[in-house]
Amino acid sequence: MKVLVCMSVVPDTTTKITFTENNTHFNKDGVQFIINPYDELAITRGLELAEANSGSVTVVHVGPAENEASIRKALSMGVTDAIRIDALAIDAQFVAEQIAEIAHGYDLILTGRESIDYNGGAVCGLLGALLNIPSANVVTEINYADGTFSFTRDIDGGREMLSCKGPVVASAQKDLCEPRIPNMRGIMAARTKPLQVLPPKDLINASQVSSYESPAPKSGVKLIDPSNAQELIHILRNELKVI
Amino acid sequence: MHFQEDESVRMVRQTVRDFAEKHIRPDMMVWDEAQHFPVDVFKGLGELGLMGVLVPESYGGSGFGYYEYAAAIEELAKVCGSIGLSMAAHNSLCTGHIMQFGNEEQKQRWLPKLAIAEWIGAWGLTEANTGSDALRMKCVAKKEGNEWVLNGAKNWITHGISGDIAVVLARTGDLLDSHGITAFVVERGTPGFSGGKKENKLGMRASETSEMIFQDCRIPEENVLGNIGDGFIQAMKVLDGGRISIAALSLGIAKGAYEAALKYSKEREQFGQPISNFQAIAFKLADMTTKIEAAELLIQESCDLKNKGKNVNKVSAMAKYYASEVSVFCANEAVQIFGGYGYTKDFPVEKFYRDCKLCTIGEGTSEIQKLVISRAILKD
Repeated sequence: MKVLVCMSVVPDTTTKITFTENNTHFNKDGVQFIINPYDELAITRGLELAEANSGSVTVVHVGPAENEASIRKALSMGVTDAIRIDALAIDAQFVAEQIAEIAHGYDLILTGRESIDYNGGAVCGLLGALLNIPSANVVTEINYADGTFSFTRDIDGGREMLSCKGPVVASAQKDLCEPRIPNMRGIMAARTKPLQVLPPKDLINASQVSSYESPAPKSGVKLIDPSNAQELIHILRNELKVI
Repeated sequence: MHFQEDESVRMVRQTVRDFAEKHIRPDMMVWDEAQHFPVDVFKGLGELGLMGVLVPESYGGSGFGYYEYAAAIEELAKVCGSIGLSMAAHNSLCTGHIMQFGNEEQKQRWLPKLAIAEWIGAWGLTEANTGSDALRMKCVAKKEGNEWVLNGAKNWITHGISGDIAVVLARTGDLLDSHGITAFVVERGTPGFSGGKKENKLGMRASETSEMIFQDCRIPEENVLGNIGDGFIQAMKVLDGGRISIAALSLGIAKGAYEAALKYSKEREQFGQPISNFQAIAFKLADMTTKIEAAELLIQESCDLKNKGKNVNKVSAMAKYYASEVSVFCANEAVQIFGGYGYTKDFPVEKFYRDCKLCTIGEGTSEIQKLVISRAILKD
């Protein structure tokens, strides 16, 4: 079984987000970058399936050389080899089209359900469309038997079970597995595992960032006595104007 | 000297952080209260390769150097000093002694089991009446045919009860003769070898510290490490490396206490503003971080020399002395910054405050480190 996992590199979850250049660029100064947590789940489940079926796992990342430390971490988790497409990830369409160029010959392609920085959540579906293969979004279970992949998705009011033959693309949701912690041997081995750098496909940008805006700071909590419903209604109607 | 950590050190740190957050932080106060040594956590560290960080891959270890080793202990100690201490004792004392002074057959026999924590290691030098004064040890080994018969007791031994294997220093020559001590490997289950009293300690309570007792314990000749009479010299060399472990342990506790105090000082408000706005608090934080960075540089220098196979006697003593005193300073200041909350078990600095004191005592007190440093600078 050949598995391809698409990996994003995102700011650490505790990062204080600020912008530069008149709010048109994210300020990377002093920011610690990590593998997108949902992609870590995709890597882990990909490894589990590949290990159970004498397979291999390749990670692909669209991003600059400074992200190679995170790619090495994926390699230390047990991934066989890595591909970095040397371009800045502009948007989901750009990333999906770059990955689609190299995503041939794999039985299973995995992504995270979304990256936790821009939260697009579109690469999985776009890849399915570009490669003309089935896609299953936001899956909490992936299994493989007798040449067939089966997926479980959480949907409103229940769960949906899907199955199909590969190749197929799926995106990983929170409960898919526990992310694997690299061991010392993996860290040592990651130093010498193959990391191939490819030039990007020439594309016209489909989107452009006009500006970023931080959410308004949270205001203080106003406690209202349960017996004073009139005051609550007054605030909701006249101050907050929500009713 | 390295001011920028290389990628493998950063990855080791991340692995240890992830493991500690998942498997240690949730239960550490329960273990601390109950003085429970969590063997399963140790086995988990073994599966990650952290119980044989310095052991070459050919013996089943991870094959890393001292930078990665010190980083791993530091990261554990940032969360729980007890687990860091146990890892340090297993790696640098028991495993380290066999790795440095065992013959090929001995290394093949014991290192693979130690490197994955299939066996937990102990190391016995100290006795009830001989701490720093190890040459007066009373534990004695007498040759009978092809065996050595060991009698006596060792005290303050990390994993004295739970250890599956121990390196034991015993007298084979005259009292006060530095060539009158020999190192033996004793496996658990050997008749006459038993664990004794478990110490009820101020801190480091999840790291087991106990007595090891030997009563007519017969040890085969092939369990002697190195030459007869070389044990004391070997032990001093093992301790030279061991000091880097305790320095890293101290640094981890100091950083843990500092980071907790820094965060708290920005959140805690008094007189309408965060207490970090007051110089009384800000200056404490400035002192803490400056001392931490200075200690870190001494540790890095020790690691660098050790990786190059150079003598670390003076520098590792300086690193251990300074980092352990810094850890006590930082834990004390952290409790002060937390105020009344720092005096409770609801916040982590109370535990750092209790754990850190071991660092100025274990594997050579601060006073002994000063002796080592002064001897080194005065001998020329």
